[in-house]
Amino acid sequence: MNYEQVISKYEPVMGLEVHVELNTKSKMFCGCTTVFGAEPNTQTCPVCLGLPGSLPVVNERAIESAIKIGLALNCKVAPFSRFARKNYFYPDMPKNYQTSQYDEPICFDGFLDVEIDTEEGIKQFRIEIERVHMEEDTGKSLHMGGATGRIHGADYSLLDYNRAGIPLIEIVTKIIPGTGKYGPEVAKAYVAELRDILRSIGVSDVKMEQGSLRCDANVSLRLIGSDSLGTRSETKNVNSLRSVERAIRGEMIRHAELLDKGERVIQETRHFHEDTGVTTSGRSKEQAEDYRYFQDPDLVPVAPSAEWIEELRASLPEKPSARRKRLQGEWSVPDKEMAAMVNADVLDIVEATVNLGADPTKARGWWLGEVSRLANEREVAIADLPISPNDVAEIIDLINRGELTDKLARQVVEGVINNEGKPSEVIAARGFKVVSDDGALLKAIEIACAAMPDVAEKVRNGHLPAAGALIGAVMKETKGQADAAKVRELLLKHLGQ
Amino acid sequence: MIRKSASEMAAALAAKEISSVDLTKAHLERIKEVDSQVHAFLHVDSEGALSQAKAVDDARAKGEKLAPLAGVPIALKDVFTQKGIPTTCGSKILEGWRPPYDATVTANLKSNGIVILGKTNMDEFAMGSSTENSAYGPTHNPWDLTRIPGGSGGGSSASISAFEAPLAIGTDTGGSIRQPAAVTGTVGVKPTYGGVSRYGLVAFSSSLDQGGPCARTVLDAALLHEAIAGHDPKDSTSINAPVPQVVAAAKRGDVKGLKIGIIKELQGDGYQKGVLNRFNEAIDLLAGLGAEIVEVSCPSFEYALAAYYLIAPSECSSNLARFDAMRYGIRVGEGDAEAVMSATREAGFGREVKRRIILGTYALSSGYYDAYYGSALKVRTLIMQDFAKSFGGADVLVSPTAPTTAFKIGEKANDPLAMYLNDIATIPVNLAGICGMSLPSGLADEDNLPAGFQIMAPAMQDQRLYNVGAALEAALLSKWGAPLLDKAPALGGAK
Repeated sequence: MNYEQVISKYEPVMGLEVHVELNTKSKMFCGCTTVFGAEPNTQTCPVCLGLPGSLPVVNERAIESAIKIGLALNCKVAPFSRFARKNYFYPDMPKNYQTSQYDEPICFDGFLDVEIDTEEGIKQFRIEIERVHMEEDTGKSLHMGGATGRIHGADYSLLDYNRAGIPLIEIVTKIIPGTGKYGPEVAKAYVAELRDILRSIGVSDVKMEQGSLRCDANVSLRLIGSDSLGTRSETKNVNSLRSVERAIRGEMIRHAELLDKGERVIQETRHFHEDTGVTTSGRSKEQAEDYRYFQDPDLVPVAPSAEWIEELRASLPEKPSARRKRLQGEWSVPDKEMAAMVNADVLDIVEATVNLGADPTKARGWWLGEVSRLANEREVAIADLPISPNDVAEIIDLINRGELTDKLARQVVEGVINNEGKPSEVIAARGFKVVSDDGALLKAIEIACAAMPDVAEKVRNGHLPAAGALIGAVMKETKGQADAAKVRELLLKHLGQ
Repeated sequence: MIRKSASEMAAALAAKEISSVDLTKAHLERIKEVDSQVHAFLHVDSEGALSQAKAVDDARAKGEKLAPLAGVPIALKDVFTQKGIPTTCGSKILEGWRPPYDATVTANLKSNGIVILGKTNMDEFAMGSSTENSAYGPTHNPWDLTRIPGGSGGGSSASISAFEAPLAIGTDTGGSIRQPAAVTGTVGVKPTYGGVSRYGLVAFSSSLDQGGPCARTVLDAALLHEAIAGHDPKDSTSINAPVPQVVAAAKRGDVKGLKIGIIKELQGDGYQKGVLNRFNEAIDLLAGLGAEIVEVSCPSFEYALAAYYLIAPSECSSNLARFDAMRYGIRVGEGDAEAVMSATREAGFGREVKRRIILGTYALSSGYYDAYYGSALKVRTLIMQDFAKSFGGADVLVSPTAPTTAFKIGEKANDPLAMYLNDIATIPVNLAGICGMSLPSGLADEDNLPAGFQIMAPAMQDQRLYNVGAALEAALLSKWGAPLLDKAPALGGAK
């Protein structure tokens, strides 16, 4: 069954749960540091190891971040909220309960508007937010041996508690109906917009590939026009924006195939596989697990004052959507181009480049063009390439001043990315110098004309397209370091045109 | 010297009449002599105690300013962590665990120069009223070695009534400081919830647990109370307010004009006659000292025991989940993590602990939560209201601490309900988060065993306990002519 067949008959109902690791310096309930990628079990203490007798104390910064997130998502902030214990046994959870929030989340009832680019133009969807709550992350398990990489069947497991107790914010949407065929795209746009918001308020690294932003996608299908809700699956392990879209699209197809065969969808978690793009069955949720939630008696209620909430509201930066509109206007960018920039995630660096004096169109051109091409070639994110807005602004400036040609500039970009140094260093090292000395160029032109007298004659007789061959020869003679436009001008003059 | 009070020892130390090393050695000697009969200690840290004592002596020799109890030894309930020292909570499951950190109470003792002799026996994870639930064998009551010393902190109270230590630390979740004090003829205080840090106190029931002092006199208890109490940023539930002036109150001991409320529901049926006689005599003494005696009613107390046995097990079912063989303690069984967790918990926990984990797991289960845990929380609120109303008409409330004197070891071991009933008078204080003290009221007529008198005061009014306690203690002492513990049989007879 293909996607078109699915959407001709069914529509998706989605629900998205996004977990965000906050970038606080210390953990949710203790003073341990939170650096990513540290040696296993070096960022732990009695509290995050859940040693007998230890007690949690809430990280004030985590509460601040949670409130900021809630406010940025147009939520209400609870004047009084509590932590609860979610009880279940798992080796990477030191206390065998997770300190979380249950029936009293810190923020609730918000929304986020997202836009997607469709063949019918830009379409807007409103995603309603049910709750924003705080919890602690678990440790990490690495199951060694066995076929599945899961705890069952493993020979042994390695546990790293560095992540245990890192503050997490869970953002849960209400059910998202009415997206029709755009469902997967809307979900992706929502996660992208959420990521941009979180980044703009500076509360998280929001790196999906490192797990600091994780999305669980609940999907069910219903017949178009129906009001009932189908059985949902919950897909985990969705580690990139692209995967959000792929995973939901894949689940829609899988569900539709089952439903069309008269089979039922099993309520379960599914694991998404980035490489194959399919999901496999995980834990069954047919029988709801009983987590025996109850208020954590070790923690006092969170009661932010109204003044503090207003202070935090006032401190929020411009919303990414407003900023995009503003920049699009300031830079006079067409819709499609703007969408391309957002999609390639280069808005920040283009803005930084423009702020260094570069022309917006040229700045956009370089980042979306050559730099983006090299990033694709190396399969890395643009932001991870060792080239800065400063470098690009300098290169654009050198072109403007006639000291670099576009062709040379591309090689300079490559040099910078290859860690050969700053643009000026690459230019010096590679011996790039635009030949702008008329004498040197005229000499090269004479050599070219002498080598190809027939061609020179044609040009002299007014057959201008023939000049290309001569210009090429001159460029070759000057090792590409001449400005082609200038060569053309001098050549035509030399041949009496 | 070991029969003196802690404050007398402190005075002798301050006057350099005795060194802390000698005082510590005397207690270690006593432990060696009698603990094979009493079994108050699970671990004696002679080396650590002597080096701590030496440090205090050195500091004193240099003329450094020392805390009031500096150099006085103490016994620490094995539910508090002490860096590098075995901490078992009376459970097999923690056998061999040496915590990498000090509880705040432990740290406070150390910074006050109080010498930690060792860790005392207790009902496993503080669940019990007789110390029979210890995985390491029961503690014996120094008044009668065939009887229980109370629980869960039987080791702490037995150690001070056997003169193995002048002071001890206990914890009180439903009476675990006060009931052992009552049945061993000693003083025990459950401070206001949040008055003493719980950091490093291995949790049984987080919303009820509270560390507190055990001593032979009211003043000693007050001195220890001030040494361990105070706000702790590591415990969110710790109260950020000045410590009540309990030492000053213990020195005052004046009840003239105070209103003392007798709780109607905490006497009568189920209370031993001799216990009630001593209680009534104490009331008469207080009246004679100028206190006004009133009667108050707390109708919700009828449900206190039931509420307690839902809240405490519910919290314990979650608190004890961490004992899973993954990171510390014993590990039993083979196979996958789940099998090992299960086998370890089966082998590591005793019957009472398992009973409460199962009770609590059930009470928190979906579909039962509202009927059990939810209802218990409501009863808790009603009990708080009963107290609030009663304190409107009385400065302190009083009752017998426990309905009976010490029972025989084994007598109630197979009857959990009978055992639970022993805490009927102490539990409401924990549920309400207020403070309570037990001090000896004399020996019951039937069995010549100590009976306890309980004083209760509103939250953060702990000084009232000490004021009233000191007044009653002085009146009783002049009546008896000698401390009650002088009537206890001599130990070490076998020697």
